[in-house]
Amino acid sequence: MSRVSFAQRISNSAKMRRNFSIAIRLLIAAVLIFFSVFPVLWMISASFNPTGSLATQTLIPANAGLDNYQKLLTSKEFPFWRWMWNSIKISSITSVLSLSITTVAAYAFSRFRFRGRLTMLKGILLLNVFPGLLALVATFLMISQLGDVFPSLGLNTHASLILVYLGGAMGINIWLIKGYIDTIPRDIDESAMMEGASDWQIFTMLILPLLRPILIVIAIISYIGTYGEFVLARVLLKSTEQYTLMVGLQIFAGAQFQQRWGVFAAGALMGALPIMLIYLLLQDHIIGGLTQGAVKG
Amino acid sequence: MSLLTKHVPNQLKLSTGVAGLVSRLVFLVILDLAAAWFVAQLASLGYFPFAAAVAMITVAVNLILLIPKAYPLRWMVVGLVLMVMFTIYPIVFTVWVSFTNYGEGHLVTKQQAIAQILKLKYLPASGQSYKWTAYRSPDGQYALWLQDAAGNGYLAKPGEPLLSAAPGQAGVGELDEKGIPKTIEGYRRLSTLQAAADKNLTEIQFGEAGKTIQIRSPGEAAELLPLYVYDEAQDAMINQETGVVYRNLRGAFTAPGGQSLQPGFIAPVQFDNFRDFFLSPALRGPLLRVITWNFGFAFFSLLLNFSLGLAIAVLFNDPRFPFKKIIRSLLIIPYTVPALITILIWRGMMNPQLGVINRTMNTLFGWSPPWFTDEWWAKIAILLVNLWLSYPYFMLVCSGALQSISEDYYAAAQVDGASPWQQFRYITLPLLLVAVGPLLVASFTFNFNNFNLIYLFNAGGPPIAGSPTPAGHTDILISYVYNLAFSGSRGINYGFASAITIIIFFIVGAITLFQFRYTRMWEEVSENV
Repeated sequence: MSRVSFAQRISNSAKMRRNFSIAIRLLIAAVLIFFSVFPVLWMISASFNPTGSLATQTLIPANAGLDNYQKLLTSKEFPFWRWMWNSIKISSITSVLSLSITTVAAYAFSRFRFRGRLTMLKGILLLNVFPGLLALVATFLMISQLGDVFPSLGLNTHASLILVYLGGAMGINIWLIKGYIDTIPRDIDESAMMEGASDWQIFTMLILPLLRPILIVIAIISYIGTYGEFVLARVLLKSTEQYTLMVGLQIFAGAQFQQRWGVFAAGALMGALPIMLIYLLLQDHIIGGLTQGAVKG
Repeated sequence: MSLLTKHVPNQLKLSTGVAGLVSRLVFLVILDLAAAWFVAQLASLGYFPFAAAVAMITVAVNLILLIPKAYPLRWMVVGLVLMVMFTIYPIVFTVWVSFTNYGEGHLVTKQQAIAQILKLKYLPASGQSYKWTAYRSPDGQYALWLQDAAGNGYLAKPGEPLLSAAPGQAGVGELDEKGIPKTIEGYRRLSTLQAAADKNLTEIQFGEAGKTIQIRSPGEAAELLPLYVYDEAQDAMINQETGVVYRNLRGAFTAPGGQSLQPGFIAPVQFDNFRDFFLSPALRGPLLRVITWNFGFAFFSLLLNFSLGLAIAVLFNDPRFPFKKIIRSLLIIPYTVPALITILIWRGMMNPQLGVINRTMNTLFGWSPPWFTDEWWAKIAILLVNLWLSYPYFMLVCSGALQSISEDYYAAAQVDGASPWQQFRYITLPLLLVAVGPLLVASFTFNFNNFNLIYLFNAGGPPIAGSPTPAGHTDILISYVYNLAFSGSRGINYGFASAITIIIFFIVGAITLFQFRYTRMWEEVSENV
């Protein structure tokens, strides 16, 4: 028995153990992937199932076709395109405005020193701990009162919904952006100031371009959050034409869910697909932002 | 982070120029006028908390734009206004509502209720009634020609005394065979049909104040008097026909006999809502169950979701693992679909007769769980769906944190002969918990208020039998609040809903305080600003 062969045997068995462990883990991965992907596959399959009902669905539908999509897109009772457009409009306006508000404020927090700065920063953090959902009843009552004076800002208007979303703009994202601005050396500002640039010029011409990558990530995350928001939209919007896609789908699911399962799945898939694609294509960027504390909405 | 060079705002060019100051002043004047009008409107409707908030915000905006020292705040004034108006004010307003009886039967302010009650009219015994004919001017003004029982004709216009007029006077033209003027100067006579179709006509009060005449029916207009007079000293409504005094009793004008006038209005009820929350035996039954499940749900969700996420992160935390990128992409799919959609898909899949899960289980085992009708299976279903929704998040967070743990610890542990389990237990877990601790607490508070899941999956069902307020076995506090405030099946009650909201605020606040105290997060925050 030479020492070499003993060592070889150990390394061989270690290699085998490692292969075995990888095989086991791949098996576990397969089970987990089945668990994660099955509902989505089921939704896709349902959307192509021509019978369109929950009871008759199989994973690979017989006579797969686009019937459900046709029904969905031509339905007068459920204006899918209208809902989709509402969602896109509200999410775009909200994420752009909220990002502008946040970035300008973050710049002030990063570059100026003033009394109450610390308190305000901490206050913003604390305020975010309380879910906005909690003040739901009060928000609803307040918007209905606002509508008694300005009907165009009252219940059932997109403007009111956007205003309420923007109320949460001064949030945790300020911390995130401020952190990035802090890392930009002040020498840049100061040399620009020597040349007579104003704060606003420094902000727009020097700082903003440097922030672009992080701002895009935050805008996407905030867009996704607004797009998926349901409760406030459900409470504030009252009529079918005003619904966002999420509210529309929920209402749709409420009525004869089992018979209209296929049509619902078609709508759900079309609503989910853009967001899924954004996530999967940009996953590294978005995950980076998320784990650093960026929030949806 | 200490700063040696203090940045002096370079405001000379931005804001102290004469043009800048003038434009700021003009802006402020316009803003203040608009705000003053808005506040006056709100106050006239009786929305005093709202009016006060708008007034205070306006003052603050003025100060920020006028005081040079507040220059940095000008950069965030829009955000601050929106935050105060739509985030902080609703919280304050929640407190205000929780001390009132705002809800079914008490939905308007006192001003609005009084205005509505004062509109009620009655026909006094001495009251005159007339036959009428209507006239309308091109710009929408109305006039009436009235004839009393004796056949005398009068011209009536809103806000003017009744005029006993003959043809030729006051623009009254020639009379027809029924004694009705064919024309009145500036007005056009309406046919009976036109008059009947005109919706404004019955609302108009003709004649001078206090002796107004209104149309009661197609054939009759009468001198109607207000049925009620509001007596400010007694804070009571006095019925002019019967003399009964309706006193303000907790937001409704109530007669000694107990009958009250509609509508009631919002009135303070002190701590009644909170007392009901803690003491009312009828409410306590569902509430205790709701609170217990609320904590149980948040705790078990966190435990399950975090455990699975961590397990996956540990299993695949090997840079050489095959297909790593693809596996991750597939595993985060649940996180990429908007939660509302997946919750509804799960609801379909778990449908007791038709869903794929139950059909498969029925075929395989001849039995399937009653996800929606049994209390415990409903809870398990909720936890399962939540696991599906949330484990990818923990997987991502944990694998990020794992990569930041130095390899040296493990090398040292291996030298000491530590088993893989011991390495995990004594190195990985403690270090990981430090890194993700704040996220765990945040996730607990998120799930504590996870309204979407409960409401969309089964709306809190199955219902608790015999509950006096709408409540189900899987209801958590926030969905219970939503039912109370919006479902309306047993009467909406904003006041009580707000009181529960305040109590949830305290619970969430306590959890947060705990988080800041035991995770040193606050200190880290302070170091980073």
